[in-house]
Amino acid sequence: MAVKTYIEALADGLREEMVRDKSVYMLGEDIGQYGGAFKVTKGFLDEFGPERIVDTPLAESAIIGVAIGSAMMGMRPVAEMQFADFVACGFNQLINNAAKMHYRWGAAVPMVVRLPSGGGVRGGPFHSQNPEAWFCHTPGLKVVAPSTPNDAKGLIKAAIRDENPVLYFEHKYLYRRIKEEVPDGDFAIEIGKADIKRPGADVSIITYGSMVHLSLEAAKKLAAEGIDVEVVDLRSLLPYDQQAIAGTVRKTNRAVVVHEATRTCGFAAEVMAFIVEELFTHLDAPVKRVTSIDAPVPYSPPLEDFFMPNADKIAAAVREVAAF
Amino acid sequence: MTDKKRNGGTATKAAPGKNGAGAATTRPATSYGTPLPGPVIEPPKRELLPGGVALIRDDDGNVIGPWPDGASPPKLSRELAKAWSKDQLLAVHRFMRMSREIENKVINLYRQGKISGGVYLGRGNEATAVAALYCLESTDPVTILHRDLGAHLVRGWTAREIFMQYFAKRDAPNFGKDTGLHLGSLERFSLGTVSPLGCMIPVTLGCAVGLKMQGKKAVGLTFTGDGATSLGDFHEALNFAGVWKAPFILIVENNQFAYSTPTGKQFACARISDRAAGYGMPGTTVDGTDVLKILNAVKTAVDRARKGDGPTLIESVTMRMRGHSEHDDASYVPKGMADAWAAWDPINRFEEYLMSERILDQVALDRMLAELSTEIEEAVDWAFAQPPNEGPEAAEGVYA
Repeated sequence: MAVKTYIEALADGLREEMVRDKSVYMLGEDIGQYGGAFKVTKGFLDEFGPERIVDTPLAESAIIGVAIGSAMMGMRPVAEMQFADFVACGFNQLINNAAKMHYRWGAAVPMVVRLPSGGGVRGGPFHSQNPEAWFCHTPGLKVVAPSTPNDAKGLIKAAIRDENPVLYFEHKYLYRRIKEEVPDGDFAIEIGKADIKRPGADVSIITYGSMVHLSLEAAKKLAAEGIDVEVVDLRSLLPYDQQAIAGTVRKTNRAVVVHEATRTCGFAAEVMAFIVEELFTHLDAPVKRVTSIDAPVPYSPPLEDFFMPNADKIAAAVREVAAF
Repeated sequence: MTDKKRNGGTATKAAPGKNGAGAATTRPATSYGTPLPGPVIEPPKRELLPGGVALIRDDDGNVIGPWPDGASPPKLSRELAKAWSKDQLLAVHRFMRMSREIENKVINLYRQGKISGGVYLGRGNEATAVAALYCLESTDPVTILHRDLGAHLVRGWTAREIFMQYFAKRDAPNFGKDTGLHLGSLERFSLGTVSPLGCMIPVTLGCAVGLKMQGKKAVGLTFTGDGATSLGDFHEALNFAGVWKAPFILIVENNQFAYSTPTGKQFACARISDRAAGYGMPGTTVDGTDVLKILNAVKTAVDRARKGDGPTLIESVTMRMRGHSEHDDASYVPKGMADAWAAWDPINRFEEYLMSERILDQVALDRMLAELSTEIEEAVDWAFAQPPNEGPEAAEGVYA
């Protein structure tokens, strides 16, 4: 047991999988000698060699396409998008190839695409997006978004071992800001299982990724006001844990859904639709959501701060739902 | 290869080749009025014909498209045939014929309303499809396109499986979940292609690279049409293959039209194979109606790749002798073009050669056609009688 940052725990998970299974390899832009734009793979080239840590030309569609082909031939590729934003250049390979292979002719595509995502880093419109909802609308893909070092390690292992294409959204704001004790050695976290990050009785916040931390911050403030918030971290978005959502809504009868991605057709819409369809009679208040506004991610600090959720915005929504 | 000839020599020594390879000229003055230093190499000139189709020459400068020089095609080369045994040549011929005969049957079934959706045929393309696959081992990964029925046959797919696909049966290779020749099987190292053509180029490259990582000497091969050479994946994958010196072959089946769009509206270079130099690999343009030339070109590329010498781009020029699909009357094809190409039918050319060399005679050909007819009729009846899907199966198999 040692204290690890999010990025260290993620790197540990990757390294352990590469040691455990010779078919695991990585490909992406600047991941070898440079160690990746965020240094997730720092030292990997020396440890595993250029055959398994493959620097590629700059072309996301070919990176993902090559990953798909090699996966079908028995390898387990982990492809890095330098920024999640750039996956748009490889979109077709994921949607029309990776997601449909098994359905169309029975070929499993065991691969992982790592997507450093998220704002709050003053990265502007091309280095800050949270595009997970694009892929949650695509049957055949799996989507995970860990919020803690433990989850980062456990989910990268589960993603690599999965027989399907898994999109792994790692939040770059959390890389070096979040740390906690992580058990040594091997553990995987089942894809599709949520985790209650804070138990509570009055209002449920259903969230994932970096918003877990802002939600916990809001919960702390609200506790002082006498509102006991339960924070449910979905961790996986496709498939997502409907049982956990049902459990928390039946318990608190009030829910707020929070994500950093923009509002319209964001993942909150799916969670809210599920609650309304399946849990309507358990609700004591309308379900609210807190999200970024419907705009590209802006660059300047005042604009980005306005654009994104924060603990105050989350707390305000919870108060409203609690008071209904 | 004739890279030198096609590029028109060096920058300082201007020597236009047969392909219209250009001369070095002085750079034009810029808008500032100052000439830039150094000469410019003009690319090989493209020649456009009425109807927007581009004239195409093979490596030796012979016109091979959009319709070949002369009314009657030359006899296939005995010299090229020497690399192959009589049995091999007859096997190639049988696959080509079987492809044609199955497609003839498919046209009938489509007109009878027994096939749902669209039907996309490969008439004119049989030599490329069959010859390419015939040069590979059965463990070389391939993605075969929707007009390459002959390639599927070489890879071991049976007439029964093909017709089950067309009839969209539950037990078809694609379980009734995908159309026509999108059939795939990992056991056969044959990937199911997708409708956005070109997207399987990086995937098939990935197969070759993945097998190489496992220490296997496999060669990846896939096809694309002239249309998909405009797609980003074409360029991205060829660039990757060149940088990695990957054991990979791309065959561009240039059949003159991307649906209704003629080659003149698709690319500005003289030949698609001219692009190979830009990816640091050899490129060649062959007459796609001459099965011996294709066999020779692919064999050379396979040997190169297997030895570790890297990828090759092959452009095979032929004519799509049907519409884009069977509902398309192809009225956009310039008058006389299809008739001119009909004289260059790849199967007829090969049969004339085999008969003139006494490798095949009319009696043997008739016997073979009768056998194929029996096999095809049996396969159609059998496949048609197979069970259809049950609706709820639509939800199965989304995840492995």
